[in-house]
Amino acid sequence: MQLALFILFGGLALAGAINLLVQKAPIHSALSLVLVMGSLAVLFLLLGAEFIAFIQILVYAGAIMVLFVFVIMLLNAQPSEPSRASRAARWLGPPVAGLLAILLAVRVAGRYHRVPANLGQPMFQIGDIGQALFHQYLLPFEVTSVLFLVGVAGAVMLAARPEEAPQPARQECPEPADSMTREKGAGA
Amino acid sequence: MVVSLADYLVLSALLFALGVAGFLFKKDLITVFISIELMLNGVNLTFVAFSHYLRQNAIDGNLFVFFVMVVAAAEAAVGLAIIIAVVRNRNTLNIDKMDLMKN
Amino acid sequence: MTIGTFVVVAIVKALIALFILTTLIAYIQLAERKIVARMQSRVGPTRVGPFGLLQPLADAVKFILKEDITPTASEKGLYLLAPILSVTLALLAIAVIPVGPPLQIHGWTIPLQLTDLNIGLLYVLGVTSLGVYGIVLAGWSSNSKYSLLGSLRAGSQMVSYELSLGLALIGPILLAGTLSLHGIVEAQAGGHWFLWTQWLAFFIYLTAGFAETNRIPFDLPEAEGELGAGYHTEYSAMKFAMFFLAEYANMITVSAVATIVFLGGWSGPVFGPAPLRILLPIFWFALKVAAFLFLFIWVRGTLPRFRYDQLMAFGWKVLVPLALANVLVTSFAVAVLH
Repeated sequence: MQLALFILFGGLALAGAINLLVQKAPIHSALSLVLVMGSLAVLFLLLGAEFIAFIQILVYAGAIMVLFVFVIMLLNAQPSEPSRASRAARWLGPPVAGLLAILLAVRVAGRYHRVPANLGQPMFQIGDIGQALFHQYLLPFEVTSVLFLVGVAGAVMLAARPEEAPQPARQECPEPADSMTREKGAGA
Repeated sequence: MVVSLADYLVLSALLFALGVAGFLFKKDLITVFISIELMLNGVNLTFVAFSHYLRQNAIDGNLFVFFVMVVAAAEAAVGLAIIIAVVRNRNTLNIDKMDLMKN
Repeated sequence: MTIGTFVVVAIVKALIALFILTTLIAYIQLAERKIVARMQSRVGPTRVGPFGLLQPLADAVKFILKEDITPTASEKGLYLLAPILSVTLALLAIAVIPVGPPLQIHGWTIPLQLTDLNIGLLYVLGVTSLGVYGIVLAGWSSNSKYSLLGSLRAGSQMVSYELSLGLALIGPILLAGTLSLHGIVEAQAGGHWFLWTQWLAFFIYLTAGFAETNRIPFDLPEAEGELGAGYHTEYSAMKFAMFFLAEYANMITVSAVATIVFLGGWSGPVFGPAPLRILLPIFWFALKVAAFLFLFIWVRGTLPRFRYDQLMAFGWKVLVPLALANVLVTSFAVAVLH
């Protein structure tokens, strides 16, 4: 049962990640990542990390990726042109990467015994997380909070349109007139 | 047959590697950024797996994921703001064309 | 319980919940039309069935028979995915909501919910936070300027108000000391509803809930005067009905969570013989949820729409600071009392 779930959702995560690479349009890549995140949340549940699983959905998929999708829509990001990789890279790259992956897999897989674990059981109560967060990990917690606050302030500063910008300065970089509608069939 | 730590590690290594590949090969600023998130996700899986298997359900791994998520959120907010500013100034998302600092 | 029985029981429960829910949604729509009509000195639908009671059926038939249009400029895959995502996530959120205490029949314990999670509230928040994808993708894939504008508005609005929604719920969670919906209801036993102490959180939650469900006065994403119909301008037939269904399912979720977190869930006077003792909690729960649903409809008949900058300023400059202050005061109080 657990193996089946692992294969199913691990496979979904991998498929999403590969799709992220293959897709040309940024919006498709972003949605593939949402799929990866959803599958990872299920894997977290299997590992007993309930809290992390739902925080993953709530914060990662529900907030961060929504922000990505939102910006993609706002900027009307078009499918990018194919990269101008050299021919050697195109032919050599995937096999070498695959070889590396296999090497890695063999190396890691050989190292740990197959210990049965009571997967799927919640590891701890939500209170334990709070306890650890505010005792053992108080300093990192506070530091990340400050980082977060600075990040928010910085984001507002960066994205805000300069309000007192002189009129000519604005005309130098006009918003593309057709930014609201894509050309017909552009995304098909 | 049970799922072992190795399986999770291999999966997260693959996800991380795919993220690196996306980061290196994509020409689109937003997709490059998305690839970074994929790498972070791959790492998160290792944290939770280690926390579950190695330290007998220790809470530490979970908290690391928590911190990674907070940092990722801050990073996404700032990064996307930068992307918006860049597009407003340069009117392109292609990273090859962002070469103002070159030469 | 073996896996086989577990799966069967789960499927049966899900089907029953689905049936009840869709019927409920259909009749909420009818109730809305009737009530709003009364508020505007009209009578509302009366033709189909006695008092128009079969109107939802007629509407359903109409939705099914209408032509299903897919705009040629749209992105087919995402265009189809968006309404499915919307309705699926809206219905998924309801899976953890308990409508009453667990039933004890012949030694069997039947929880009156699909599944009880330790962190049910987090689950509801997580799943509803994904609901924004349906709306955003609908607007994007339609490739029409009204849809895109509507979904941009919806996206920023829902993400902004989700923050105050979550923050408002932290106060009651601190008081209850659990994220399980069941535990939160039990913490309020004996009339100690969190509404009395957390009234500020309650109003913040309700306001944010209205915004999350895109209801008046926060229905800018579908402001018909400016945007046609917003993100679902290009949708027709069953796909449109799915968005409709999702909106009402979200209303039910918001109402049910408000009932559980602030109004003590199914708590209320329980008396009489055994069957009545089983039914009364469910009745109280339904009554409270119905009161919230009536509030939704009432507000729709009463208030005008916000302007967009007002909406964002209100969310970020009023609701979020208030919610943060509430969290601070509550956590301080909890720390002092313990």
